[in-house]
Amino acid sequence: MKILICISNVPDTTTKIKFVNNNTAFDNAGVQWIINPWDELALTRALDIKDAQPGTIDNITVVNVGLADTEPTIRKALAIGADGAIRVNAEPKDTFFVASQIAEIVRKDAFDIVICGIESSDYNGAALGGMLSEMLGMPSVSAVSNLEITNGAVELKREIDGGQETVLTQLPFIAVIQKGIAKDPRIPSMRGIMSAKGKPLQVVEPTAVDSLTEFIGFELPKPKAACRKIDAENVKELVDLLHNEAKLI
Amino acid sequence: MNFEYTEEQKMIQQAAKDFAERELLGDVIERDEKSEFPTEHVKKLAELGFLGMMTDPKYDGGGMDTVSYVLAMEEISKIDSSVAVVMSVCNSLVIWGIETYGTEEQKQKYLRPLASGKKIGAFLLSEPEAGSDATSQRTTAEDKGDYYLVNGTKNWITNGNSASTYIVIAQTNPEKKHKGINALIVDKDSPGITLGPHENKMGMRSSDTHSVMFNDVKVPKENRLGDDGFGFSFAMKTLEGGRIGIAAQALGIASGAFERALKYSLERKAFGTEIFNHQHVAFKLSDMAVMIENGRNLCLKAAWLKDQHLPYGVASAMAKQYCADMAMHITTEAVQIHGGYGYVKEYHVERLMREAKLTQIYEGTSEIQKIVISRSLLK
Repeated sequence: MKILICISNVPDTTTKIKFVNNNTAFDNAGVQWIINPWDELALTRALDIKDAQPGTIDNITVVNVGLADTEPTIRKALAIGADGAIRVNAEPKDTFFVASQIAEIVRKDAFDIVICGIESSDYNGAALGGMLSEMLGMPSVSAVSNLEITNGAVELKREIDGGQETVLTQLPFIAVIQKGIAKDPRIPSMRGIMSAKGKPLQVVEPTAVDSLTEFIGFELPKPKAACRKIDAENVKELVDLLHNEAKLI
Repeated sequence: MNFEYTEEQKMIQQAAKDFAERELLGDVIERDEKSEFPTEHVKKLAELGFLGMMTDPKYDGGGMDTVSYVLAMEEISKIDSSVAVVMSVCNSLVIWGIETYGTEEQKQKYLRPLASGKKIGAFLLSEPEAGSDATSQRTTAEDKGDYYLVNGTKNWITNGNSASTYIVIAQTNPEKKHKGINALIVDKDSPGITLGPHENKMGMRSSDTHSVMFNDVKVPKENRLGDDGFGFSFAMKTLEGGRIGIAAQALGIASGAFERALKYSLERKAFGTEIFNHQHVAFKLSDMAVMIENGRNLCLKAAWLKDQHLPYGVASAMAKQYCADMAMHITTEAVQIHGGYGYVKEYHVERLMREAKLTQIYEGTSEIQKIVISRSLLK
């Protein structure tokens, strides 16, 4: 079985977000880049299955749409255990552009499962899986919180209102995963880091796709109001504030 | 000159940071209080390959350079020096010596399980009456033909109980003084070895420190490292590299305390503003940042020299002395910035201060480093 995992290169989740060019572009200065946390969990789950059930998964490839500066992130995926990587050499302008590039990769090679995170932690588009499904004419299952492979059959679990749904799928398909799919992302071992240097990282040029969106501007959320402490004995003041100031009651 | 870390070095640094924050931070205070050896934590550290990270991959090591080792040691020591010292002893004091001076048979038998982290090692040099003066070895390794008969007591042995493989420094020919000393690889479960109780230390309390007694312990001749009488030189050469690890450990203790002090200074308010806005606190932090940068550069210079196969003994002594003394100063300042909160365990800095003290003492006191440095000035 061959698995393709789509990975985004995103700012570390503790990054202080700033914008430049009259608030139309993200300020990259001094930012540490990581694998999108959902994508990393997807990779972790695939590796867990590969290790626990030898012979089930033959190959795990990661794909990223990005310029050369995303390669450290891709190398980390290889150090964690991915067998190979593909980088589409282009700036990921928007989700339609990224989906178009990845769809082209999937058309050229036969992957049994294509996995992507439910969203990326930077732009939170949450649209890649659905777009890929449409472009490729492949079934997709969204919000997957568990993935098991038994005798070539894939069983998925989805969190739904008030319970859990179990889905059996045929191959190939697209899994859009959410948190819960794996416990903790893996820390690369020394051996993994060394071997990452020798693993294949194929760079392919993008196909021509029209950019359909344009960033007009970004706004930061308003700073959180300072915390007000009220004496535990002073219930009247608390009720007054909630009623008259916060207007919550 | 290039100050940029390689992609691999950055990845190792991040891996060590992730490991320390994810696996060590949660129970570091509790383990310190109970003097509990971090068995499971060390097992995970070994699985990631940190215990033999500089060893040739053909002996199951990680094949990394010394710069990477410094970066990893700093990150782990920011959180837990009791775990970092296990890593330092294994990499620098035990594995390096066997890899550099061991026979192929010794490497196959002892190096491979150590480098892969399946076994832990310990380095037995200090004695009740031979600390800084390592030439005064009272432990004897009597030449009995095809084996050595070892008798004596070793003190302050890190990993004393958790190690499976010891490197023991002992005197074979007292009339030759330090040129009669040998270094022997000894299995810890050899008959005649007994352990003293776990030392109840001021800091690095979850590292297992013991005295080890040898009573007619037979060690096969083939377990000697290097030629007859090479033991003292072996120990000194090994300690040259060991100092880089302890320097990096001290650096990590200092930078860990600094990061906590900086964070606290931006949260704690006094006189209507965050204490960082009081110049006395800001200047303290400024001085700390400069000292840490100096210390890091000294560590990296020593590591770089070692990686280039250039002499590094004096550079490692400078790094060790500076970083140990600097860690003591910086952790004290970090406690001061925290005020009363710094004096209680929840804020970590008092523990880092206790840990810093040991870096001025073990693997060559700060005074011994000054002897090494000052003697080099006359050459």
